[in-house]
Amino acid sequence: MTLTQQIITIALCALGTMATRFLPFLLFSSRKPTPRYIQYLGKALPAAIFGMLIVYCLKNVSILSGSHGLPEFAAILVVVGLHLWKRQMLLSIAGGTICYMLLVQYIF
Amino acid sequence: MKKAESMNNHPSKSQQIRQAARHAFPHTIPIFAGFWFLGITYGIYMNVSGFSFLYPLFMSLTIFGGSLEFVAVEMLLSAFAPVQTLVMALMIQARHLFYGIAMLDRFKGLGCKKIYLIFGMCDESFSINCSARVPEGTDRGWFMFFVTLYNQIYWVTGAVLGGLLGSLISFDTEGLDFVMTAMFVVIFLEQWLKEKSHYTAVAGIAVSVVCLLLFGPDSFMIPTMTGILCLLTIFRNPIEKAGDMA
Repeated sequence: MTLTQQIITIALCALGTMATRFLPFLLFSSRKPTPRYIQYLGKALPAAIFGMLIVYCLKNVSILSGSHGLPEFAAILVVVGLHLWKRQMLLSIAGGTICYMLLVQYIF
Repeated sequence: MKKAESMNNHPSKSQQIRQAARHAFPHTIPIFAGFWFLGITYGIYMNVSGFSFLYPLFMSLTIFGGSLEFVAVEMLLSAFAPVQTLVMALMIQARHLFYGIAMLDRFKGLGCKKIYLIFGMCDESFSINCSARVPEGTDRGWFMFFVTLYNQIYWVTGAVLGGLLGSLISFDTEGLDFVMTAMFVVIFLEQWLKEKSHYTAVAGIAVSVVCLLLFGPDSFMIPTMTGILCLLTIFRNPIEKAGDMA
């Protein structure tokens, strides 16, 4: 690839990203009220998106091979447990992550 | 005289901005850990693939989307294929369409800040800006602006650092990337505890898992998004009746 081709490739990646980020705002102008259906989606989507993002993060975990997703499962339980107990976001995240690192470095 | 009075009642603009900058920071600490780890990894990957640190610098500044930037390294190493590149970028980043729909009304009336908020709306910035309770009296627009800005600073500095140091650094931080998963779990849980009915949360997990099993890790996101849209549309009445959404 020449330098120009590299620049075009990077620019196209940026363009594709920005298209997906800006499109909803271009389609539904802030000057007009947002259609009811889209307003509904805007309210209903976040919970579904957060669920989707958890699965997205775990997409390369294999249940059938390797460590069978056990360290991930255990660490998520720790995150949930800590969070229900103390309700401290940073504590839950740090605790779960440290637990996961110990598991994958020393046990699995 | 009048000016002095109004200054006493309301914090000045610069005070407001400073306050938002201060309050936004703690929310981004997990992202700092995750983005430095992933950013440095990405920079190292570019470095060992033979690219100068200028590449991760400009790519993290302009694309600012982790997974696509990793894929872009492979694109840069193979033959020039502009159409395929654009299609890949649109497919990998399609989930941002949902973020935009969710933030349509929340970004309203924020002026110029809105452009940067949309530009920098990666998974993590979206999740925080959509779920964080902004402290009373803090300007919401500036709060979201700083969340986005901090996150991008972490990502860009991590990528450049990795690009500069390359394989010189080796660290035993295997598993640190779990910090992102942990953060999404906490945000999901907070949402769960806040809502009365869990229709959409369950739909999000269930559709993603089914599509992941059916389509595999590389191409399950578009079917997942389509599936979620269908379910939310078909069950709009019961979901709206249950109320209490984000």
